[in-house]
Amino acid sequence: MARGYLEVETPVLGRSGVADAQLAQFALSDPVYGSLYLQTSPEYAMKRLLASGSGSIFQITKAFRQGEVGRFHNPEFTLVEWYGVGYDHLHLIDEACALIARLAPSLMPEARLVSFRQAFRDRLGVDPIDDPTGLLRECAHACLPSTRELVLDDRDALLDLLMSQAVAPHFPTDAMTVITDYPASQAALARINSQGLADRFEIYCGALELANGFHEEANRDEYAARFAAEARKRHARGLPAIAQDERLLAALAQGDFPECAGCALGFDRVLMRALGAAHINDVLAFPIEQT
Amino acid sequence: MSTYSTNEFKNGLKIMLDSDPCSIIENEFVKPGKGQAFNRVRIRNLKTGRVVERTFKSGDTVEGADVVDVEMQYLYSDGEFWYFMSPETYEQLGADKTAVGDSAKWLKEQALCLVTLWNGVPLSVDPPVHVILKVADTDPGVRGDTSGGGGKPATLETGAVVRVPLFINVGDSLKVNTQTGEYIARAKE
Repeated sequence: MARGYLEVETPVLGRSGVADAQLAQFALSDPVYGSLYLQTSPEYAMKRLLASGSGSIFQITKAFRQGEVGRFHNPEFTLVEWYGVGYDHLHLIDEACALIARLAPSLMPEARLVSFRQAFRDRLGVDPIDDPTGLLRECAHACLPSTRELVLDDRDALLDLLMSQAVAPHFPTDAMTVITDYPASQAALARINSQGLADRFEIYCGALELANGFHEEANRDEYAARFAAEARKRHARGLPAIAQDERLLAALAQGDFPECAGCALGFDRVLMRALGAAHINDVLAFPIEQT
Repeated sequence: MSTYSTNEFKNGLKIMLDSDPCSIIENEFVKPGKGQAFNRVRIRNLKTGRVVERTFKSGDTVEGADVVDVEMQYLYSDGEFWYFMSPETYEQLGADKTAVGDSAKWLKEQALCLVTLWNGVPLSVDPPVHVILKVADTDPGVRGDTSGGGGKPATLETGAVVRVPLFINVGDSLKVNTQTGEYIARAKE
């Protein structure tokens, strides 16, 4: 990138796993190190570089996620991930949209910014931040008949369901829609802003998520608290426990983590948009079934 | 009985849904990068033929349905049941009107059919895709017309009615596609 970003390379195989309860990591067994993990994204490693003073960095790398196979998923895929030092998420939205527009010129270059709340209000007439879970559940059962038998007691799962199946499918397919201001429960590692919402964004093209980004949280204790919350979710769901990444926490503890924003872009999906491919297999030389 | 996780969902998998045997005809994996994964599945109820859409949380399990497809020879019908025999075990089974349904009009003795069994009981019967059947009734043939344009209805020996070219006569053997119900050609016998 001609924008002052340094290209870096971080390991795809590492000793620490990802905290996120929604991601299943490939765990390998090594006679020397015991469990080793294929990385679900280069986020933790790149943040250690940022904490050690790398300045703005980017990389194009492989990432791996278990159980993710479908029209838009292959267990091994390519991420473009970058962190801009001194920037907030709004600046990174501009960069990400410019990059996507350049890679997929058939898309309209102007992106539409909509808050998470407004997107739900416009489409479903409910407030995803303030409305009670029961109301959101009624809304899901009413607008998605295929979910009527589904037990939806987890608020975030309900929001994920509504966003992916009732809201996003109505986004224009020939332009980018940027969703901002996520509920705090869906902050991942984004900062919480003064409205109590997460400074996180997702870029959609139709219902397809192309990129996700944060104004990055910098506080070590906040990371530890969010890792612990994910660990509790893992425990409650009977998922394998993942030890928190102590090296990342130690790097953050030094207090030199810069003010920055980061973005991860699903390169295969952008390629799908650019080429008009209906299936991710159409942009991979050897999709998983062919390996 | 076996259970299947959504991770094992694929087209053709037979599962139980609302106490009925069903077959998966489409399975879409939907997952926000940072969120809960779902499987949006189109399912055919094998008893009623109706197609419904269901959404499952990824990782949920469902009970498998003991549904198998076996090749069986059609023997005869007594009006209430249609009897089939396995060419391997010589076992005979009767399929009722609900199971045979529209396939009845294509069934000729000895035809090898695909019989779908649920817990050993016939659930549906698929005739061979191509069958050769004699014309039982049709308007007299028009000599010299081989164009195939126009056409007329012909009732076949099994009761099916298909559109045939004008030159076809009573007693002719026809090759017919049972899936589309269309005449293909005259068959030499």
